[in-house]
Amino acid sequence: MRTLAAILLTVLAAVGGPAGANEAVPTAQDPVAAKRSVELARKLRCLVCQNQSIAESSAELAVDLRRQINEQIAAGRTDAEIVGFMTDRYGDFVLYQPPLKVTTVLLWAGPGLLLLLAVLVLRRALRQQAETPAPVPLTGDERARATRLLREEAAAGRDAAR
Amino acid sequence: MSRFLLPFGVFLVLLGFLFVGLKLNPREVPSPLIGKPVPEFTLPQLHEPAKAFSPQSMRGRVWLLNVWASWCVSCRDEHPLLVDFAKNHQVAIVGLNYKDKPDDAQAWLAQLGDPYTLSVSDLEGRVGIDFGVYGVPETFVIDKQGVIRYKQIGAVTVDALQGKILPLIRELDQG
Repeated sequence: MRTLAAILLTVLAAVGGPAGANEAVPTAQDPVAAKRSVELARKLRCLVCQNQSIAESSAELAVDLRRQINEQIAAGRTDAEIVGFMTDRYGDFVLYQPPLKVTTVLLWAGPGLLLLLAVLVLRRALRQQAETPAPVPLTGDERARATRLLREEAAAGRDAAR
Repeated sequence: MSRFLLPFGVFLVLLGFLFVGLKLNPREVPSPLIGKPVPEFTLPQLHEPAKAFSPQSMRGRVWLLNVWASWCVSCRDEHPLLVDFAKNHQVAIVGLNYKDKPDDAQAWLAQLGDPYTLSVSDLEGRVGIDFGVYGVPETFVIDKQGVIRYKQIGAVTVDALQGKILPLIRELDQG
Protein backbone atom coordinates (compact mmCIF):
# COMPACT_ATOMS: atom_id res chain seq x y z
CA MET A 1 0.00 0.00 0.00
CA ARG A 2 2.73 2.40 1.01
CA THR A 3 4.75 1.65 -2.11
CA LEU A 4 1.67 2.16 -4.23
CA ALA A 5 1.10 5.55 -2.62
CA ALA A 6 4.74 6.44 -3.20
CA ILE A 7 4.47 5.48 -6.87
CA LEU A 8 1.26 7.46 -7.26
CA LEU A 9 2.82 10.50 -5.63
CA THR A 10 5.86 10.27 -7.90
CA VAL A 11 3.66 10.00 -10.98
CA LEU A 12 1.49 12.87 -9.81
CA ALA A 13 4.53 15.02 -9.13
CA ALA A 14 5.96 14.21 -12.56
CA VAL A 15 2.66 14.88 -14.35
CA GLY A 16 1.50 17.75 -12.16
CA GLY A 17 4.85 19.56 -12.08
CA PRO A 18 5.19 20.76 -15.68
CA ALA A 19 1.42 21.14 -16.12
CA GLY A 20 1.34 23.41 -13.10
CA ALA A 21 4.18 25.46 -14.53
CA ASN A 22 2.24 26.01 -17.78
CA GLU A 23 -0.95 26.91 -15.96
CA ALA A 24 -1.92 30.40 -17.06
CA VAL A 25 -4.62 30.59 -14.41
CA PRO A 26 -3.44 32.38 -11.29
CA THR A 27 -5.07 30.43 -8.48
CA ALA A 28 -6.27 32.51 -5.58
CA GLN A 29 -3.55 32.34 -2.96
CA ASP A 30 -5.40 33.40 0.12
CA PRO A 31 -7.65 30.57 1.44
CA VAL A 32 -10.66 32.87 2.02
CA ALA A 33 -10.49 34.13 -1.55
CA ALA A 34 -10.01 30.57 -2.83
CA LYS A 35 -13.14 29.44 -0.97
CA ARG A 36 -15.12 32.39 -2.35
CA SER A 37 -13.88 31.60 -5.82
CA VAL A 38 -15.03 27.98 -5.61
CA GLU A 39 -18.39 28.93 -4.11
CA LEU A 40 -19.03 31.42 -6.92
CA ALA A 41 -17.93 28.94 -9.57
CA ARG A 42 -20.35 26.34 -8.15
CA LYS A 43 -23.29 28.71 -8.60
CA LEU A 44 -22.54 29.27 -12.27
CA ARG A 45 -23.47 26.97 -15.11
CA CYS A 46 -20.89 26.14 -17.73
CA LEU A 47 -22.59 26.97 -21.03
CA VAL A 48 -20.46 24.51 -22.97
CA CYS A 49 -21.36 21.46 -20.88
CA GLN A 50 -24.64 22.63 -19.48
CA ASN A 51 -25.05 20.13 -16.69
CA GLN A 52 -21.80 21.05 -15.04
CA SER A 53 -20.94 24.12 -13.04
CA ILE A 54 -17.96 26.27 -13.87
CA ALA A 55 -16.25 24.75 -10.84
CA GLU A 56 -16.64 21.18 -12.15
CA SER A 57 -16.21 21.65 -15.87
CA SER A 58 -12.87 21.38 -17.59
CA ALA A 59 -14.13 23.07 -20.76
CA GLU A 60 -11.86 25.89 -21.87
CA LEU A 61 -14.57 28.45 -21.30
CA ALA A 62 -14.99 27.27 -17.71
CA VAL A 63 -11.23 27.61 -17.18
CA ASP A 64 -11.36 31.16 -18.57
CA LEU A 65 -14.35 32.06 -16.42
CA ARG A 66 -12.67 30.69 -13.29
CA ARG A 67 -9.74 32.91 -14.17
CA GLN A 68 -12.15 35.86 -14.48
CA ILE A 69 -13.61 35.09 -11.05
CA ASN A 70 -10.16 34.90 -9.46
CA GLU A 71 -9.05 38.14 -11.08
CA GLN A 72 -12.17 39.96 -10.03
CA ILE A 73 -11.88 38.71 -6.45
CA ALA A 74 -8.28 39.91 -6.43
CA ALA A 75 -9.50 43.28 -7.74
CA GLY A 76 -11.81 43.55 -4.73
CA ARG A 77 -15.15 43.05 -6.51
CA THR A 78 -18.08 41.79 -4.45
CA ASP A 79 -19.83 38.48 -5.14
CA ALA A 80 -22.88 40.34 -6.48
CA GLU A 81 -20.70 42.31 -8.88
CA ILE A 82 -19.03 39.16 -10.17
CA VAL A 83 -22.36 37.36 -10.64
CA GLY A 84 -23.63 40.51 -12.38
CA PHE A 85 -20.62 40.39 -14.72
CA MET A 86 -21.61 36.85 -15.74
CA THR A 87 -25.35 37.49 -16.18
CA ASP A 88 -24.65 40.66 -18.21
CA ARG A 89 -22.81 38.49 -20.71
CA TYR A 90 -24.49 35.10 -20.58
CA GLY A 91 -27.94 35.86 -19.19
CA ASP A 92 -29.76 34.36 -16.21
CA PHE A 93 -29.20 30.91 -17.67
CA VAL A 94 -25.70 30.86 -16.12
CA LEU A 95 -27.26 30.91 -12.67
CA TYR A 96 -28.24 27.53 -11.26
CA GLN A 97 -30.63 29.40 -8.98
CA PRO A 98 -32.51 31.75 -11.28
CA PRO A 99 -33.75 35.07 -9.83
CA LEU A 100 -37.46 35.60 -9.13
CA LYS A 101 -38.76 37.68 -12.05
CA VAL A 102 -41.95 38.01 -14.07
CA THR A 103 -40.51 35.57 -16.60
CA THR A 104 -39.50 33.03 -13.94
CA VAL A 105 -42.59 33.13 -11.73
CA LEU A 106 -43.98 29.93 -13.22
CA LEU A 107 -40.65 28.22 -12.63
CA TRP A 108 -40.68 29.12 -8.94
CA ALA A 109 -44.40 28.75 -8.27
CA GLY A 110 -44.99 25.77 -10.58
CA PRO A 111 -44.14 22.95 -8.14
CA GLY A 112 -46.28 24.56 -5.42
CA LEU A 113 -49.19 24.98 -7.83
CA LEU A 114 -48.90 21.36 -8.95
CA LEU A 115 -48.92 20.20 -5.32
CA LEU A 116 -51.97 22.33 -4.59
CA LEU A 117 -53.75 20.89 -7.63
CA ALA A 118 -52.87 17.36 -6.54
CA VAL A 119 -54.23 18.00 -3.03
CA LEU A 120 -57.47 19.40 -4.46
CA VAL A 121 -57.93 16.39 -6.77
CA LEU A 122 -57.21 13.99 -3.90
CA ARG A 123 -59.71 15.78 -1.62
CA ARG A 124 -62.39 15.61 -4.27
CA ALA A 125 -61.77 11.91 -4.84
CA LEU A 126 -61.89 11.18 -1.09
CA ARG A 127 -65.12 13.15 -0.66
CA GLN A 128 -66.76 11.32 -3.57
CA GLN A 129 -65.80 8.01 -2.00
CA ALA A 130 -67.28 9.08 1.36
CA GLU A 131 -70.55 10.12 -0.32
CA THR A 132 -71.04 6.76 -2.02
CA PRO A 133 -73.70 4.96 0.14
CA ALA A 134 -72.52 1.90 2.04
CA PRO A 135 -73.79 -1.42 0.52
CA VAL A 136 -77.20 -2.50 1.91
CA PRO A 137 -76.92 -5.78 3.89
CA LEU A 138 -78.67 -8.83 2.36
CA THR A 139 -82.02 -9.96 3.69
CA GLY A 140 -82.42 -13.51 5.00
CA ASP A 141 -84.02 -14.77 1.74
CA GLU A 142 -81.32 -13.20 -0.43
CA ARG A 143 -78.60 -14.72 1.74
CA ALA A 144 -80.14 -18.19 1.45
CA ARG A 145 -80.39 -17.83 -2.34
CA ALA A 146 -76.79 -16.70 -2.61
CA THR A 147 -75.58 -19.65 -0.52
CA ARG A 148 -77.58 -22.08 -2.71
CA LEU A 149 -76.18 -20.58 -5.91
CA LEU A 150 -72.62 -20.74 -4.61
CA ARG A 151 -73.05 -24.39 -3.61
CA GLU A 152 -74.42 -25.30 -7.05
CA GLU A 153 -71.47 -23.56 -8.65
CA ALA A 154 -68.99 -25.44 -6.45
CA ALA A 155 -70.67 -28.76 -7.26
CA ALA A 156 -70.60 -28.02 -11.00
CA GLY A 157 -66.92 -27.23 -10.70
CA ARG A 158 -66.24 -30.55 -8.96
CA ASP A 159 -68.12 -32.42 -11.71
CA ALA A 160 -66.14 -30.67 -14.42
CA ALA A 161 -62.87 -31.54 -12.69
CA ARG A 162 -63.62 -35.25 -12.72
CA MET B 1 -66.77 8.55 -20.01
CA SER B 2 -66.42 12.07 -18.62
CA ARG B 3 -64.11 10.83 -15.86
CA PHE B 4 -61.48 10.13 -18.51
CA LEU B 5 -61.80 13.59 -20.03
CA LEU B 6 -59.68 15.40 -17.42
CA PRO B 7 -56.70 13.00 -17.47
CA PHE B 8 -56.90 12.95 -21.25
CA GLY B 9 -56.85 16.77 -21.34
CA VAL B 10 -53.83 16.84 -19.01
CA PHE B 11 -52.15 14.28 -21.24
CA LEU B 12 -52.77 16.42 -24.33
CA VAL B 13 -51.29 19.51 -22.64
CA LEU B 14 -48.24 17.51 -21.60
CA LEU B 15 -47.92 16.16 -25.13
CA GLY B 16 -48.01 19.73 -26.44
CA PHE B 17 -45.21 20.81 -24.09
CA LEU B 18 -43.09 17.80 -24.97
CA PHE B 19 -43.64 18.34 -28.68
CA VAL B 20 -42.51 21.97 -28.48
CA GLY B 21 -39.61 20.94 -26.24
CA LEU B 22 -38.49 18.48 -28.87
CA LYS B 23 -37.79 21.33 -31.28
CA LEU B 24 -36.05 23.67 -28.83
CA ASN B 25 -32.30 23.66 -28.83
CA PRO B 26 -30.97 23.88 -25.27
CA ARG B 27 -27.65 25.08 -26.62
CA GLU B 28 -29.22 28.27 -27.92
CA VAL B 29 -29.29 30.49 -24.90
CA PRO B 30 -30.81 33.90 -25.67
CA SER B 31 -28.13 36.54 -25.37
CA PRO B 32 -28.72 39.42 -22.95
CA LEU B 33 -26.53 41.53 -25.26
CA ILE B 34 -29.21 41.98 -27.90
CA GLY B 35 -30.30 45.62 -27.92
CA LYS B 36 -27.17 46.61 -25.99
CA PRO B 37 -24.17 48.56 -27.31
CA VAL B 38 -21.38 46.40 -28.67
CA PRO B 39 -18.71 45.83 -25.96
CA GLU B 40 -15.73 48.12 -26.46
CA PHE B 41 -12.36 46.52 -27.13
CA THR B 42 -9.09 47.18 -28.85
CA LEU B 43 -7.33 44.18 -30.36
CA PRO B 44 -4.45 43.71 -32.80
CA GLN B 45 -5.37 42.79 -36.36
CA LEU B 46 -4.58 39.25 -37.42
CA HIS B 47 -2.68 40.14 -40.59
CA GLU B 48 -1.08 43.33 -39.27
CA PRO B 49 -0.61 42.92 -35.51
CA ALA B 50 0.90 46.40 -35.30
CA LYS B 51 -2.50 47.87 -36.25
CA ALA B 52 -5.32 47.85 -33.75
CA PHE B 53 -9.04 47.60 -34.36
CA SER B 54 -11.84 48.90 -32.21
CA PRO B 55 -15.62 48.69 -32.89
CA GLN B 56 -15.74 52.48 -32.52
CA SER B 57 -14.34 52.74 -36.05
CA MET B 58 -17.42 50.99 -37.49
CA ARG B 59 -19.88 53.69 -36.37
CA GLY B 60 -22.30 54.63 -39.11
CA ARG B 61 -22.11 51.24 -40.81
CA VAL B 62 -24.05 48.03 -40.42
CA TRP B 63 -21.55 45.24 -39.90
CA LEU B 64 -21.15 41.64 -38.87
CA LEU B 65 -18.86 40.30 -36.21
CA ASN B 66 -18.10 36.64 -36.79
CA VAL B 67 -16.33 34.70 -34.04
CA TRP B 68 -14.19 31.99 -35.56
CA ALA B 69 -11.13 29.82 -34.99
CA SER B 70 -9.05 27.47 -37.08
CA TRP B 71 -9.64 24.71 -34.51
CA CYS B 72 -13.41 25.04 -34.82
CA VAL B 73 -15.06 22.39 -36.97
CA SER B 74 -18.40 24.18 -37.49
CA CYS B 75 -16.48 27.24 -38.70
CA ARG B 76 -15.41 25.14 -41.68
CA ASP B 77 -19.09 24.38 -42.39
CA GLU B 78 -20.17 28.01 -42.45
CA HIS B 79 -17.03 29.36 -44.12
CA PRO B 80 -18.08 28.90 -47.78
CA LEU B 81 -21.30 30.75 -46.99
CA LEU B 82 -19.38 33.68 -45.57
CA VAL B 83 -16.98 33.73 -48.52
CA ASP B 84 -19.96 33.77 -50.84
CA PHE B 85 -21.68 36.46 -48.78
CA ALA B 86 -18.60 38.69 -48.84
CA LYS B 87 -18.41 38.38 -52.64
CA ASN B 88 -22.03 39.38 -53.21
CA HIS B 89 -22.68 41.97 -50.53
CA GLN B 90 -21.09 45.20 -49.46
CA VAL B 91 -21.41 44.42 -45.76
CA ALA B 92 -18.25 44.50 -43.65
CA ILE B 93 -17.52 41.25 -41.80
CA VAL B 94 -15.06 41.56 -38.94
CA GLY B 95 -13.60 38.24 -37.79
CA LEU B 96 -12.92 37.75 -34.11
CA ASN B 97 -10.27 35.07 -34.18
CA TYR B 98 -11.02 33.44 -30.85
CA LYS B 99 -8.31 31.68 -28.82
CA ASP B 100 -6.37 30.70 -31.90
CA LYS B 101 -2.75 30.67 -32.96
CA PRO B 102 -2.25 33.56 -35.44
CA ASP B 103 -0.13 31.33 -37.72
CA ASP B 104 -2.81 28.62 -37.84
CA ALA B 105 -5.50 31.26 -38.41
CA GLN B 106 -3.65 32.86 -41.32
CA ALA B 107 -2.96 29.48 -42.92
CA TRP B 108 -6.64 28.57 -42.54
CA LEU B 109 -7.74 31.75 -44.31
CA ALA B 110 -5.12 31.31 -47.02
CA GLN B 111 -6.45 27.82 -47.68
CA LEU B 112 -10.20 28.40 -47.46
CA GLY B 113 -10.51 32.03 -48.54
CA ASP B 114 -10.79 35.18 -46.47
CA PRO B 115 -14.29 36.70 -46.31
CA TYR B 116 -13.30 39.16 -43.61
CA THR B 117 -12.76 42.87 -44.05
CA LEU B 118 -10.27 42.26 -41.29
CA SER B 119 -9.80 39.82 -38.43
CA VAL B 120 -8.65 40.58 -34.93
CA SER B 121 -6.80 38.22 -32.60
CA ASP B 122 -8.42 37.48 -29.25
CA LEU B 123 -5.65 35.23 -28.01
CA GLU B 124 -6.90 34.81 -24.45
CA GLY B 125 -10.60 34.89 -25.24
CA ARG B 126 -11.27 37.90 -23.03
CA VAL B 127 -13.16 39.85 -25.67
CA GLY B 128 -15.04 36.63 -26.38
CA ILE B 129 -16.22 36.61 -22.76
CA ASP B 130 -17.39 40.24 -23.11
CA PHE B 131 -19.48 39.11 -26.08
CA GLY B 132 -20.85 36.16 -24.11
CA VAL B 133 -19.28 33.71 -26.56
CA TYR B 134 -19.65 30.08 -25.50
CA GLY B 135 -19.89 28.16 -28.74
CA VAL B 136 -17.78 29.14 -31.71
CA PRO B 137 -18.84 30.09 -34.36
CA GLU B 138 -21.12 32.94 -33.36
CA THR B 139 -22.19 35.87 -35.50
CA PHE B 140 -23.45 39.26 -34.38
CA VAL B 141 -25.29 41.83 -36.49
CA ILE B 142 -24.41 45.34 -35.33
CA ASP B 143 -26.28 48.45 -36.46
CA LYS B 144 -25.06 51.95 -37.37
CA GLN B 145 -25.32 53.16 -33.79
CA GLY B 146 -23.14 50.28 -32.60
CA VAL B 147 -26.01 48.31 -31.05
CA ILE B 148 -26.10 44.50 -31.29
CA ARG B 149 -29.31 43.53 -33.08
CA TYR B 150 -29.00 39.81 -33.65
CA LYS B 151 -26.85 36.89 -32.58
CA GLN B 152 -26.47 33.65 -34.46
CA ILE B 153 -25.23 30.87 -32.19
CA GLY B 154 -23.44 28.15 -34.08
CA ALA B 155 -22.76 28.03 -37.80
CA VAL B 156 -24.54 30.47 -40.09
CA THR B 157 -26.92 28.49 -42.28
CA VAL B 158 -28.52 29.41 -45.60
CA ASP B 159 -31.87 29.66 -43.79
CA ALA B 160 -30.53 31.99 -41.12
CA LEU B 161 -28.74 34.11 -43.70
CA GLN B 162 -31.66 34.45 -46.12
CA GLY B 163 -34.43 34.45 -43.54
CA LYS B 164 -33.00 36.61 -40.77
CA ILE B 165 -29.59 38.14 -41.27
CA LEU B 166 -30.02 39.61 -44.76
CA PRO B 167 -33.51 41.10 -44.19
CA LEU B 168 -32.26 42.59 -40.92
CA ILE B 169 -29.21 44.13 -42.61
CA ARG B 170 -31.44 45.64 -45.32
CA GLU B 171 -33.78 47.05 -42.70
CA LEU B 172 -30.92 48.48 -40.65
CA ASP B 173 -29.29 49.98 -43.74
CA GLN B 174 -32.44 52.05 -44.37
CA GLY B 175 -32.49 53.37 -40.82
